[in-house]
Order: sequence, then C-alpha cells, then structure tokens
Amino acid sequence: MSVHQLINLEKVQEIVERHGYNKNKLIAILQGIQAVYHYLPAEALKTLSKLLKIPLIDIISVATFYRAFSLTPKGQHVATVCMGTACHVRGAPKILEEFERQLNIRREETTEDGQWSLETVACLGCCAIGPVVVVDGDYHAHTSIRKVPTILNKYRK
Amino acid sequence: MITMKMNGVEVKAEEGWTILETAKFYGLEIPTLCHHEGLTPYGACRLCLVEIGEGPRAKLVSSCTYPAEEGLVVHTDTKRVVQARRMMIELMLSVAPYSKTIQDLASKFGVTRMRFKIRNEECILCGLCVRMCEEQMDGKAIGFQNRGYQRKISTPFDLRSEECRLCGGCIYICPACQLRCQGPQAESALCNACLTMDPTCLDYYDELQCWMYDAGRCGTCVREKK
Ligand code: SF4
Ligand code: SF4
Ligand code: FES
Ligand code: FES
Repeated sequence: MSVHQLINLEKVQEIVERHGYNKNKLIAILQGIQAVYHYLPAEALKTLSKLLKIPLIDIISVATFYRAFSLTPKGQHVATVCMGTACHVRGAPKILEEFERQLNIRREETTEDGQWSLETVACLGCCAIGPVVVVDGDYHAHTSIRKVPTILNKYRK
Repeated sequence: MITMKMNGVEVKAEEGWTILETAKFYGLEIPTLCHHEGLTPYGACRLCLVEIGEGPRAKLVSSCTYPAEEGLVVHTDTKRVVQARRMMIELMLSVAPYSKTIQDLASKFGVTRMRFKIRNEECILCGLCVRMCEEQMDGKAIGFQNRGYQRKISTPFDLRSEECRLCGGCIYICPACQLRCQGPQAESALCNACLTMDPTCLDYYDELQCWMYDAGRCGTCVREKK
C-alpha cells in the first residue's frame, strides 16, 4: 500500500453526513474514517476540518491522543498483542517477540509489503482468557509462541 | 459578595473571582506561571497552589482555577504550599533548564538543588502559546499532541501551518523560550546566579547603575561574590 495512494474523499463526506455534521461526534467520525482507510490520511483530516468547522489542530489533538487512531498507514491486517499485567505474567512478552520475529518488524511497525502491523495494548478486559492476541478484531485466547504461525497463516491468503 | 478567610484575614470577593484574583486584589502575592491576564486560566504549572480548608482535610488547589467560595479558608504560604511550590519549580527546571523565567523562580523561591534527570525539552507544556494563538491572535495554528510523556506542542503534521500568521505571539509569551542569562556561570541545571553574584558597578557607585533596568539580574555584569 503506497502512502500516496489517491484517497477518495467522498467517503469522508459520507461519514460526516451520516453523523449529521455533528461536531460532538468527532471520535465516532474519526473511527469511521479509520475503518475505511485503516488510518487517518492527512487529506481526510483537512477535509473533515472544513466540513465540521473544527480547527485542524483540534482534530489532530484528538487523533494523536488515542492509541486507536493512527496518522500513518497501517497494514492490511493488524495484530494487537495484549501486554496488560495478566497477559504479561502469562508470557505476552515472549509472544510479542515471536510476532516480531515472524513478521520481521518491531512493535508499532508495519511490514514493508503493507500486509501486517504489530501493536500492543495494555489490557483488553478479558484477562481470564489471556494471553490475548487480537487480529483484525478477532480475539485469540490462550495464545502461546507455538500458536503464532497458525494465527498468522489464518490471515494469509 | 463572597466572604472568605485568607491567611487569617477576612476578605471579600466578587462573584466569579478566583482565589488568585481575590488574593491579587488584596495585594497578596501568589506566584504564577501558566496564568496570564487576558487568557483563560488553565491550571497547568501548579505554581499557584494554595491550601484550602483546615486540619487533616486541608488540600492543595491551584488558585488560578479555583473559584472563590463562601466561607472558604485559604492559606497561601503554608509549609506544605512552599514545599510543593519548590518541587514544581524543581520539576520544571529539569525539563527546561535554559529558561530564564524558571531560573528566576528558582532563585526567588530558594530552590538550590535539582534532583531530577535533565531532559532539556524546552517546553513545560504550560499551554500559554496555545491559548495565546487561539484567544488573542485568532490563529488556532498550534496545539497539544500525543499524550503522557510524548505530549508536545506542534502544528498539524509538524508542518508550517496555513493558519499561522507568523505573529510571534506564541514565542513572546513562552516562559521556556526566553533564554537564561549569559553571565559567568557554570553549565548546570541550576543557575542561582542572582543569589551568589554581585553587580560590578557597586564597586564604584552607591547605587546600581543598571542601564538594562534589571538591577544586575540579567547576569552580564555580575561576578561571583567574594
Ligand atoms: S506565530 Fe503563528 S502559531 Fe504563534 S501565535 Fe501567531 S499565529 Fe499562532
Ligand atoms: S512552548 Fe512555551 S508557552 Fe508553549 S506550552 Fe511549551 S513552555 Fe508553554
Ligand atoms: S491483561 Fe490482557 S486482557 Fe487483561
Ligand atoms: S498559574 Fe495556576 S496552575 Fe499555573
């Protein structure tokens, strides 16, 4: 995925319309934009600023505050390894390392072919099934180093 | 009219005043850094801390944001307040040791040691520039980004902002942008030169001859006290 891919800004318009041009729904709108592009493209944010009449810097402040938003392109698939206390003591750091080895990137990075992004999170609220890894919204419970290739292959075509 | 007790004296505040404004009205000095008349109070630097309430339930609040309340008991210079204030100065020094404003505060409030790792970030995140840009310059060009230890002030995407008119208001108001004096001093986190230095003109005259009207505080003419 190229950084300079032409983005279709009509999608932004659509999302904003769906939320009735409501400034208070900024986060929901940003989530919508992120769902379409897998990140928040600069052009989309500039358009959003004009549509919602919110200064661009305020949108950036919100977008950079939450870990869920990214200003740089993300991979097609996003693997999120929980590093919360419960998952940590059950070996999450080792699992994260295994992901790093398999994907040949470090945490918070994206592979060159744009297929995978690797992220961490501090507790997903389901410690009982830890160590937890989330890939594209699917929860993988009781993961271990050995399960990492299986998980990755599931999403590889 | 709101009646409160400040340092044991009964004071009257007008509706909508903060503790800081009331204190100022009565000539009580409370140090401030992120507060500026003409900008909305923000409560970031915690230098203006005062103690409210009495006994074990007394607590520290920032006077620039705390509204005057009927019957409030305020103490502006208790031991706890002075200690907290010194700690705040020390912490700010560790982040921006090259700021003259903060060095001056250190000397004024007797902060003579700095126990933290020097970070040299040259921004104490007081938010003055952001408020200046938005409220006085009608700019909205800069703002806070990220959070936690990565929090910083910048323009969108760290590029030259289309909204910025290069008025310089943000630099004018920044307490960390004003470089510390360049007098004879050791390279350290703490200057304290105004405490230990001596203006040279006093050797010849009975009065300070400072043509900078700064009474030797700029540090240029001073030398170490013998
Ligand atoms: S110089 Fe630019 S960023 Fe600074 S206060 Fe003026 S408009 Fe705002
Ligand atoms: S740049 Fe200066 S004025 Fe702005 S927040 Fe940092 S210290 Fe304060
Ligand atoms: S620590 Fe991983 S889900 Fe709570
Ligand atoms: S002046 Fe009140 S917190 Fe900075």
